[in-house]
Amino acid sequence: MLFELRDVSLSRGDRLVLDSVSAEIHEGATAIVGPSGSGKSTLLRLLNRLADPDAGTISYQGRALVDHDPLKLRREVSLVPQLPSLLEGTVASNLAYAADLAGQRLDASRCLHLAGLDDGFPERDVSKLSVGEQQRVMLARALAQQPRVLLLDEPTSALDHDARDAIEATLAGLRGELELSLIVVSHDPEQARRLADRAVRLKRGRVAAWGPLAEALA
Amino acid sequence: MTTSIDVSLGQVVASLALVALAVAISFWRRTDLEGDIAVAAARSFVQLTAIGYAIKLIFEADTFWLVLTLLSVMVLFGAFTARSRANKVPGAFWPLLIGLAIAAASTLGLVVALGIFEPTPRYLVPVGGMVIGNAMTASAVALNRLGDEVADSRAGIEATLALGATAREAVAPFVRRALRSGTIALIDSTKTTGLIFFPGTMVGMLLAGAEPTDAVRLQLILLYALLGSTAIAALVATGLAYRNFFTPAQQLRDLH
Repeated sequence: MLFELRDVSLSRGDRLVLDSVSAEIHEGATAIVGPSGSGKSTLLRLLNRLADPDAGTISYQGRALVDHDPLKLRREVSLVPQLPSLLEGTVASNLAYAADLAGQRLDASRCLHLAGLDDGFPERDVSKLSVGEQQRVMLARALAQQPRVLLLDEPTSALDHDARDAIEATLAGLRGELELSLIVVSHDPEQARRLADRAVRLKRGRVAAWGPLAEALA
Repeated sequence: MTTSIDVSLGQVVASLALVALAVAISFWRRTDLEGDIAVAAARSFVQLTAIGYAIKLIFEADTFWLVLTLLSVMVLFGAFTARSRANKVPGAFWPLLIGLAIAAASTLGLVVALGIFEPTPRYLVPVGGMVIGNAMTASAVALNRLGDEVADSRAGIEATLALGATAREAVAPFVRRALRSGTIALIDSTKTTGLIFFPGTMVGMLLAGAEPTDAVRLQLILLYALLGSTAIAALVATGLAYRNFFTPAQQLRDLH
């Protein structure tokens, strides 16, 4: 098991965003699904300690998340946010930055290929890329760290249908090529069915169901 | 440099004609600044008169401890004043206080150690006042910019943290811009000094009858000292203040 959540709660101001969330997330591909405002992105942020819960416990590979070094954890459990946000500079400099942080040797060509980008990209200025291209560079940058787990927050929300299909094909390809677990936040149950084997379904900050897709999305 | 000039209270009162002119312009153009101008004129009169008597006492007493007390009070008030400009930075007071204290101590220490000024109240008080005042402005501008940058760039900072970068690494581009903002004004005015404007010390010395070459040399010393002190104050203040945006687990605090 990758993650185990027990009675996890988190408030933002007066609003209870996550309310006693308990679930298990296994290796492979898991979707976190639910309508807008159900706490999906907040839950994802807890998994690599961009935030900590107010109550409850989360464990990663059997050890409490708070006992993990947050920096090492984030290099192993890499999060790609919903909207692309790259560092100023080129695609190559972004990939190199991420690889350096994780202490990995960079194979930029392979990372770009895995993210569906060709060899013409490394020297391109990130500010000149389309949103879809930036999203792919975000994915390539995360892959440059050679993570064990990839957390993807609505990876296709800013994209049109064709770009969405292309990203989904890329993510499916990643699973085939790498020993990588995916945890994908999506508001779309159909996308969850296309990308994942298991799901955690949230509703108003609570777990409505979790487990294999057929059960969780029934 | 032992010149002196007698200025009567009548001359000071006469100069209020220019303040009246500023009030009239504000009234005429409806900028609604008449009250602020009046308060500024009154406060400057009271504050400068009070500090004038305080400095006179300190010069006459000629003791190091009185100088240190006065400069400490200036640093304290400077930090309070700058904090109001840096209201988007949590816990800005201590970084500002430490920045101003280090800037004042290191700059004054250096000019005395290099033999530029004697360690007497006549030099330490006015030079310290200029150093602290300019360092306060620079660090306030730097932290104000840092607060705006972090508020506007939360998504980018979190994206970098999500890669396993430290808080310092994630915020480095914004600290750099803040530091630049804090120091660029003095750098630019130093570049144009003598061409576009005459700095205050030089003007004061010329009015007091000093030799122009003496006035210029003293002004250069002060400008160079201010360049150093503003850089130190802004560096220390930003270097300490950015930490307050983050938790010990390198998470960006939710400040709402």
